[in-house]
Amino acid sequence: MEFKDNEAIYLQIAGYVSELIMRGKWPTDSKIPSVRELAGDLQVNPNTVMRTYELLQSQEVLYNKRGIGFFVAPAAVQQVQAARRERFLSQELPEVFGTMLLLGIGLPEVQRRYEEFKNAQPQSQPLSTPA
Amino acid sequence: MVNIRNLHFGYSRKRPLFQHLDLALERGHIYGLLGKNGAGKSTLLKNMVGLAFPDGGTCEVLGQPAARRLPAVLADLFFLPEEIHVPAVTAAKFVEQTAGFYPKFDHEALAYYLAEFEVPAQAVLPALSFGQQKKFMIAFALAANTSLLVMDEPTNGLDIPSKAQFRKLMATALTEERCLIISTHQVRDLESLIDTVVVLHGQRIVLNADLGELAERLTFATVPEASGADLYAEESVRGAQVIRPNRSGVAGRIDLELLFNALVGEAPALTSYLSQKQPTHEPVL
Repeated sequence: MEFKDNEAIYLQIAGYVSELIMRGKWPTDSKIPSVRELAGDLQVNPNTVMRTYELLQSQEVLYNKRGIGFFVAPAAVQQVQAARRERFLSQELPEVFGTMLLLGIGLPEVQRRYEEFKNAQPQSQPLSTPA
Repeated sequence: MVNIRNLHFGYSRKRPLFQHLDLALERGHIYGLLGKNGAGKSTLLKNMVGLAFPDGGTCEVLGQPAARRLPAVLADLFFLPEEIHVPAVTAAKFVEQTAGFYPKFDHEALAYYLAEFEVPAQAVLPALSFGQQKKFMIAFALAANTSLLVMDEPTNGLDIPSKAQFRKLMATALTEERCLIISTHQVRDLESLIDTVVVLHGQRIVLNADLGELAERLTFATVPEASGADLYAEESVRGAQVIRPNRSGVAGRIDLELLFNALVGEAPALTSYLSQKQPTHEPVL
């Protein structure tokens, strides 16, 4: 796994795990690789992977069966989507707003381009809105 | 696991290498020991494993002075020096003759490590290339399964795929009972593998910090221009590379190379910021 320069590795691994769950590679209630296995695969410190798993457990994406391992939580996909939406709205969007202000780009222009962009996309279902 | 207090050491009395050096290392971690050439990384490791004796202060390993070289301690520590010398026997013969000194030696793990590294167990050791010899010794060192494993520049001489294999094997070898120490000057090789960084500079330890906690306290960024509020700044073609206090509340990525440059260069602002107590939470009444 290639790590980006600007984000903590444990958060990047959380993103990687979340993507595997969203794509259905790790289905609900399946046992996921142990901390040590994933650390070996990704060549990272096991304490880092443990931190990732603990974070995802606190976000109810994973659950822990003591002595057995970590499993994908029933509501994992919704939780991952909710976390991703939250991140977009609270972190990525303000950055875009900042650039818009700096360059004097207004909402109508963005709206027009957004519609063009949407129409150019192949038909796909948007992610379901979390409850 | 390793407890060094007020260590003084020098190969000559006139040029002390360590003065008032303190260092405590625990089980369950992979430590990365960084230092400039000549700072004394190898010498510090030799003090830990009983190959060099303190001039003053104490250096304890597994609760015993390292210099006493107690058999019970030696059976539970392994030291892999930077330069290795292998006897003129086959790998299998070496294991047969040497593994007995390590009560927890794991033969199954050794077979797995050698297979991962693609080192043939029947090969005559001196006939192997330097890199192959080194990989054999790394596999042996890991399989010895000691509580303390000290490796001096283990990735020197390894090719690119072998470095990746090395990281993989180290990552799977760490348990709560083991303390793994790697000295290196190739920071990039080991950035994601170590969880605690130890920096040796100016005759003492100037940093012994958990990378996760550092990431919560410091931000590393490339900006158009450095500001007076930066803890450290370095010019580069992309702009100024700076270290700042992390006020975002989100852990970022540590740039170990920049951090190291700051610590061995002139960065009093960074040193004093790091020596401050971490902001504590609301006091509990």
